[in-house]
Amino acid sequence: MPAFKLQPNRQVPQSKAGILQWLHKNLFTNFTNSAFTLIALYGLYLIVPPLANWMFFDATFAPVSNAECGRNGACWSYIIEKLDLFIYGFYPPEQIWRPQLLVALSLGLVLLAKLLKNNKVKIIAWMIAIYPIIAFLLLHGGLGLSIVATYKWGGLMLTVVIATVGIVVSFPIGILLALGRQSKMRIIRLLSVIYIEFIRGVPLITILFMASVVLPLFFADGFNVDKLLRALIGITMFQAAYIAEVVRGGLQAIPRGQYEAADAMGLSFAKKIGLVILPQALKISIPNIVGSFIALFKDTTLVLIIGLADILSMVNLTSNDELWLGRSTEGYVFVMMVLWIILYSMSRYAKKIELKYNTQQKN
Amino acid sequence: MGKIKPDFAFFYNNKIRAILFQTFALAAIAYIFYSGYSNFSTNVEIRGIQTGFDFLSAESGFDIAEFLIDYSSNSSNLRVFYVGLINTVVVSIIGIIFASIIGLIIGVARLSNNWLIAKLAGGYVELFRNIPILLQILFWYNLILAVLPNPKNSFEFFGAIFINLRGIYLPKPIFADGFIWVILALIIGIVLRAAIKRHFANKKALTGLGTNTLAYSLLMIIGLPVLVYFSFGMPIDFDYPALKGFNFKGGSSLSPEFFALAFALSVYTATYIAEAIRTGIESVPVGQKEAALALGLTPRQSLKLIILPQALKVAIPPIINQYLNLTKNSSLATAIGYPEIMSVFAGTVLNQAGQAVEIILMTMAVYLLISLVIATILNIVNRRMNIKGTSDAGI
Repeated sequence: MPAFKLQPNRQVPQSKAGILQWLHKNLFTNFTNSAFTLIALYGLYLIVPPLANWMFFDATFAPVSNAECGRNGACWSYIIEKLDLFIYGFYPPEQIWRPQLLVALSLGLVLLAKLLKNNKVKIIAWMIAIYPIIAFLLLHGGLGLSIVATYKWGGLMLTVVIATVGIVVSFPIGILLALGRQSKMRIIRLLSVIYIEFIRGVPLITILFMASVVLPLFFADGFNVDKLLRALIGITMFQAAYIAEVVRGGLQAIPRGQYEAADAMGLSFAKKIGLVILPQALKISIPNIVGSFIALFKDTTLVLIIGLADILSMVNLTSNDELWLGRSTEGYVFVMMVLWIILYSMSRYAKKIELKYNTQQKN
Repeated sequence: MGKIKPDFAFFYNNKIRAILFQTFALAAIAYIFYSGYSNFSTNVEIRGIQTGFDFLSAESGFDIAEFLIDYSSNSSNLRVFYVGLINTVVVSIIGIIFASIIGLIIGVARLSNNWLIAKLAGGYVELFRNIPILLQILFWYNLILAVLPNPKNSFEFFGAIFINLRGIYLPKPIFADGFIWVILALIIGIVLRAAIKRHFANKKALTGLGTNTLAYSLLMIIGLPVLVYFSFGMPIDFDYPALKGFNFKGGSSLSPEFFALAFALSVYTATYIAEAIRTGIESVPVGQKEAALALGLTPRQSLKLIILPQALKVAIPPIINQYLNLTKNSSLATAIGYPEIMSVFAGTVLNQAGQAVEIILMTMAVYLLISLVIATILNIVNRRMNIKGTSDAGI
């Protein structure tokens, strides 16, 4: 009796494997598809080579003067020359170690928080409480450090400061507003609704105008509020309304039984909200909260309209330098790349979180 | 845990607490408003700022580059308000139209079987969504001014369209008396087409025989007006732009500010619309399409009758929200000086009249009104889109 002999696997037919097959399946399925592919390729051919030439091949990367740069390609020398302005604004050069130290410190704290095992919540809470004081002292000065007035702050540093303060301060206010909107007390509910809907109905720029032009009129005479602080007030007020709506979405997703169970356990209002409702509601709304922070980061560029020197306004300020006339395109492209990298990473992170929490909900 | 002392029981009553709390909140807000108001009135007196709305009837004293209603520097500030408002509406509507078209194309392209097309559409969304809109507006404006030639060296198309850094110049149509009949013919054509469509739809419902109405539609909507147009002796004339001195005169023109703003708003908002459309289409389970095909519907019918109604129900509310965002973002025109309400009223008029409170409040009121209108539309659409028999249609 012949023993069973294992036959070797047959080769995949030539027409079903390899790069040709991939091309056929994905790009040239039929006539229309092929036409689209060719049109897209032609479009890429029109856009990509000139852009690449301008950005890389004809560009100047060496630190030379404007005249030596030539007009065919980008002059990245301009960015190199003005890099400190783009990052720190008019912060005194001899004090730049302070924001640098702050960045190092922040990264160190994030790392520390990741490494912590026990007492995590307590230590993080302490860090959150102390961090703003350290940050303010380092950036603004005091306690022996020389004072750097806020009008000298600028560039990416200012953008990050505005975004961070806006995020941190608006968050608790937003939660309070969301709770207010869900409250059984009619007047509180009405006030919250009016506030939220009013803010969400107008563009941020009108609120920034309000904060920069109108607000000073409502303070007692001689009581001068810093321009940056006014902008921060405006941005925080604006962001709080959006956070409130996001958190409300989370609150509405909590089943009624959770409230009733907390009441049945005899928890006080604060404990019911703080220990039972909010942890669940916030967890649901985390993806949307991150989304609204991304929106806030994009919106910080608007402060240029009320005359703060954020990274975007640095393009105008530096390209007015008569040594570097006609280089604003390079400036805009550079700022675009910086902001795009930051925002894209944030949105990837948001997507990651969303997936993570989605799977948990499905269980 | 001891018992609560009877003296304090009063404060542990939930109703009384609520009343106390709300009274306190109201008092705090009243105090903030009161102190703000009293500070305001002393500040106004010290700095000699006028209050009230008298400034609206004062002469504006400045020129505006683009206006659709009569305007000159002798016009009142109220007129400036209207000019700005109309410009806001115009740029928003143009932006909404183009954002919808681009968004629809990109959204569908992202779901294409074609690998290259899908990737390019995805790249478009990721690229333009993650750049702040203000930066995009400034970038395009800067690019337009850097690339376009001066009026003497304009790009010229057919001797009628000129593009230079002052803007795009197009022939301006001048309508003669008979033109009203052409418009009337168009309206009649649209009504007739609707009637014909309905007639054949009824016929199909009765007999099951479908009729292709494309020829009728073309005849009614295009044929009829064209016929009337020629029978009235072509009652339309064009005013061509021509170079006079340093600039073009005549014709109608679109400024680079308008172009940069409308372009940036469309490109940016299109990314969100594309995402909404993609989410909408993806939200329809594959089984729906399979079931439609199993029932014998053609792919076209299954798209029109099964897929789209369900996809649109998911996609349209976020799209309308994006229209609102686009309108609000049009206020960023103030950075490049397109004369919409924010730049011309809350900018120039505010600088001249100095009455910040009134002007900012009026501007905010405009945007609130627009938001309210769009929110109402959204509610109506939501109610109409509810598919009967689905869970959230109500019982």
